[in-house]
Amino acid sequence: MLITLSKDSIAITREQDVVPLRNRVKEVAVKIGMGLVNQTKLITAASELVRNMLRYAGTGNVLIEVVSRGRDTGVRLTFSDKGPGIADINLAMQDGYSTGKSLGLGLPGTKRLVNEFSIQSVVGQGTTVTILKWKNG
Amino acid sequence: MGPFLLVTIQVDLYDRLALNLETDLVNMVHKTGARGVLIDISAVSIVDSFMGRILGNIASMTRVLDAETVVVGMQPAVAITLIELGLSLSGVYTALDVERGMALLQTKIGSDDELIDDDADHTE
Repeated sequence: MLITLSKDSIAITREQDVVPLRNRVKEVAVKIGMGLVNQTKLITAASELVRNMLRYAGTGNVLIEVVSRGRDTGVRLTFSDKGPGIADINLAMQDGYSTGKSLGLGLPGTKRLVNEFSIQSVVGQGTTVTILKWKNG
Repeated sequence: MGPFLLVTIQVDLYDRLALNLETDLVNMVHKTGARGVLIDISAVSIVDSFMGRILGNIASMTRVLDAETVVVGMQPAVAITLIELGLSLSGVYTALDVERGMALLQTKIGSDDELIDDDADHTE
């Protein structure tokens, strides 16, 4: 069972907001004793997802949680937006696929950097992406 | 020595700043006639796909202006993350530190330039 130990939320309205988000995620990761490589992976994943959010939805919100399951502690990030949504999630998860001008590494690349990844999207309503990185994951 | 530009990135960049860096650097190469560019990212704690693409762009853009770019000082955690993300920075020369980056640039630029032993941070 996943237990939330603490939560915090950051609104994303413009590109610069990625900087305080990275700092906040780092703070939380350091606090639970996550190693540098895992911190870097998590923050990079967050950076990719914020870019997607800004590019496709314009604005959104990120929930930062410290969670535990059994003896494991980790950081869970939930990116929610009310953007156009993703019509074909399987396609969006393919390496090299992009409807924008990017390299198309965002979603599949992000998934490789974290331990758990889930995405829900409804066309016309928005997208929610949840990632989880265990301290020793 | 054909002058080298040394750029040290001191802050974590967001996309607009990275794009500005790209434009500024290409303009500086044109203005100074630099034959090489060293980008020191030792103080950068994350390089995501956008930043990786910008580094690749800078290398390609400076190359068509007859200058080679070497990215130096990447932290190990950044290297691990970049490769797992799927970015190999192909087409971008890298070196462990500024000194080795200078040495690499000198071999790339070849012997048509008069090589002078000098401080790494000296650009003329």
